[in-house]
Amino acid sequence: MAFLSLEGLSKHFGTHVAVDGLTLAVEKGEFVSLLGPSGCGKTTTLQMIAGFVEPSGGAIRLEGRDLLAVKPAKRGLGIVFQSYALFPHMTVAENVAFGLEMQGVAAAERTRRVGETLELVGLGTFAGRYPRQMSGGQQQRVALARALVIRPQILLLDEPLSNLDAKLREEMQIELRQIQRTVGTTTILVTHDQAEAMALSDRLVVMNHGRAEQIGPPHEAYERPATPFVASFLGRTNLVNGTTVRPEKIWFATSGLAGKVRTRIFQGNHWLYQIETADGLVTVIRQNTGEAMPGEGEAVHLAWAAT
Amino acid sequence: MKSAPYLLSLPALLLFGAIVIIPLVMTVLLSFHDWGQYKGIEPVFVLKNWHEVFTDSYFLEMFWRTFRIAFFVTLLAAVLGAPEAYILNRMKSPWRGLFLLVILGPLLISVVARTLGWALLFGGNSGLINKALVSMGLISAPLPFMFTETGVIVALTHVLMPYMVLAVWAALQRLDPQIENAAVALGAGPFTVLRRIVLPQVMPGILSGAIIVFALAASAFATPAIIGGRRLKVASTLAYDEFLNTLNWPLGAAVAVLLLVALVAIVVGASRLVERRYAQVFG
Amino acid sequence: MSRNGPIALIYHTLFVIFMLAPILVVCFVAFTPEGYLSFPTDRWSLRWFYAIGRYPEFISAFWRSLWLGALSSAIAVAFSVPAALAIGRHRFRGRDAMTALFMSPLMIPHVVLGIAFLRFFTELGLGGTFVGLVLAHIVVVLPFALRLTLASAVGLDRSIEHAAISLGASDRTVLRRITLPLVLPGLISGWALAFINSFDEVTMTVFIAAPGTETLPVRMFLYIQDNIDPLVTSVSACVIAITAAALIALDRAYGLERLLVGRSVDGR
Ligand SMILES: Nc1ncnc2c1ncn2[C@@H]1O[C@H](COP(=O)(O)OP(=O)(O)OP(=O)(O)O)[C@@H](O)[C@H]1O
Ligand SMILES: [Mg+2]
Repeated sequence: MAFLSLEGLSKHFGTHVAVDGLTLAVEKGEFVSLLGPSGCGKTTTLQMIAGFVEPSGGAIRLEGRDLLAVKPAKRGLGIVFQSYALFPHMTVAENVAFGLEMQGVAAAERTRRVGETLELVGLGTFAGRYPRQMSGGQQQRVALARALVIRPQILLLDEPLSNLDAKLREEMQIELRQIQRTVGTTTILVTHDQAEAMALSDRLVVMNHGRAEQIGPPHEAYERPATPFVASFLGRTNLVNGTTVRPEKIWFATSGLAGKVRTRIFQGNHWLYQIETADGLVTVIRQNTGEAMPGEGEAVHLAWAAT
Repeated sequence: MKSAPYLLSLPALLLFGAIVIIPLVMTVLLSFHDWGQYKGIEPVFVLKNWHEVFTDSYFLEMFWRTFRIAFFVTLLAAVLGAPEAYILNRMKSPWRGLFLLVILGPLLISVVARTLGWALLFGGNSGLINKALVSMGLISAPLPFMFTETGVIVALTHVLMPYMVLAVWAALQRLDPQIENAAVALGAGPFTVLRRIVLPQVMPGILSGAIIVFALAASAFATPAIIGGRRLKVASTLAYDEFLNTLNWPLGAAVAVLLLVALVAIVVGASRLVERRYAQVFG
Repeated sequence: MSRNGPIALIYHTLFVIFMLAPILVVCFVAFTPEGYLSFPTDRWSLRWFYAIGRYPEFISAFWRSLWLGALSSAIAVAFSVPAALAIGRHRFRGRDAMTALFMSPLMIPHVVLGIAFLRFFTELGLGGTFVGLVLAHIVVVLPFALRLTLASAVGLDRSIEHAAISLGASDRTVLRRITLPLVLPGLISGWALAFINSFDEVTMTVFIAAPGTETLPVRMFLYIQDNIDPLVTSVSACVIAITAAALIALDRAYGLERLLVGRSVDGR
């Protein structure tokens, strides 16, 4: 039996169907990402698990028990909101201690666990600060600490990294994965960034129009996309001879599909080509190995491995 | 869950129902009651007061004066206040805050004290303004300000000016400062920028300020009562006299209700017009 | 930001003179040593300030105005908070109509309100009583209180409360520990704005106050109606000084602009 299971979960807003019969089983300790374009129902799904949105149909079970019958305050979930939702009138330590206080944890124990958790997220020296005195990345870690300190059964993360710049986001991704590994909490992450989802998760749920298009490990979804939508959402694709081929799986050969280089863009570790062929424009990505590469206007032949 | 907003607003709703709606309805009813010097108020249904208000040229002239004063006050406030708000907005940091305080502050000082200041400045023939004007050689004989429409208009413009500056100021705050620079970069002179770029964008602010000033000017009481005195009546001072001097409450109620209805019609109509005019651009 | 030219600065100077002249004139005349209205030229005197002490009705009217303002504003805020939470955070049938109703005292001429309350309170036997004054003032200051509480209720991020709930807080705890502290600055500035408006209200109050329950502006107004003499200028000068002090304090604490323009007041 799965740890957390969503069974035919739906949500209608008037006539609009935000989530449409979503079924998903999450194992204990697993890291699952809900991935999809804006408005596909990710936040709504997460809010239904958290209890802030009431489902129109379907069931949510935690270890076989009906979670919908449990009040949001009693579900024992740790949530990191997109806006962080830190309590602006409380210090970092007070923010993190709040959940423990609600559980009636004694003061001494509370102080110890708050200190421990702040160390875990690397904010040991920030306990006395107010949220507004901290950077976006630090606030995000406070939000994470606040959710983790109550030792939640499940951690729900709603685009926690989307407000950060690229470099900080990468650092936080690594940190998040490490923390999740150490603590071992079952985690559901919502994101519309496919790179982030693939980097962090054990399994992906690729959503579109409120439905799960594919559920599986990242490399499987990438290599064997179940639908054209999944293929195009998880990176670039080419449609040649009726098959989809990833741009990095195409190479320049002496024979094969003939074409002409229309544009060539240098991107540091790789080259990005647009090739005009009889089948239309084909995107090709080649690693930058230092070798000479075809220039714009040159005639080329394309080859790829049959799948 | 569905009833939560109703439950939350219930106390305020009950309060308003009991002490706003009921008294207003009672006032409307009162305007249909009869009144006599000796018999007092008689709770019957007559159209006497309304007939009197609509046919007696005294009331017609008085309402006409009320709205004429309100119109000129609004015009003056817009013409004088909007440029000041613009200048204020272009000031550097400490001055901006200081002068904003100086100009908006009077809003919070008692109307009676402010109007008293104008009464002192006007002060019959010996008032400070007339002395200054005569000594500068601008006029030969003192101008009458007390008990005149001019005096009421000047004092009311002063009393209501902060509302106009506030409305235009708020509109200016929403303006993207880069837009002016963009226009300058395209070769527009300062006057063109003002007329073609700034003015159209702050127009909704000026108009909403004008609606507020007009409504407050038409219903102003203390200022016309002090500057206009017994001789120059407007709707609200007339209603006051009917209530507290003549004691003809039903007639006073009719004047007040008419003022309310006329004002609501003008304000709602004007707001609709402004909204329709600007909805497309700024919606 | 470009600078203002000389013409603009001249205009600005004249404008400021226009705004300040009547207020300064009142303050000057208050210091006259003469028994009639005049400017103190060679000699300043406090005699008219001492004279206030011989008119206890001004003193008692001042205290009454203070109490009336404090009490009616506090009650108005108490009514505003739940209403603001309803209007600011729910979409429901009749929401716009309800908002218009609560804001209507801004639009109804105060003469009309005065007449309506005079009639209503006379019928109820509350004519000329302090209770009547409080009820009437609650109504006229409620829009100001509501506007600022509404701004802070709207500005409040819903997910902050959700965060508290997800950590196990009960509805009451959320209200007490999260919602109220976050809207508190809005409540305080709403109270302050309501207080100032109550303290200045004269048009409506003149109808419903009786000789024993006159507020300070009403007393000043009625006094001026009979005669303008240096006494009323010294009383006005005191009112102006007190208001100016309160104004500067408020400006320091919240920013006058935020108070008057009614910008959203966040949790900071
Ligand atoms: N309270 C609501 N009332 C009506 N429609 C809603 C409501 N909440 C969400 N929706 C609609 O449901 C759909 C899914 O919304 P949701 O917030 O779950 O999207 P999302 O996948 O999280 O998108 P994003 O990546 O932009 O956050 C959207 O079309 C949205 O407009
Ligand atoms: Mg979302």
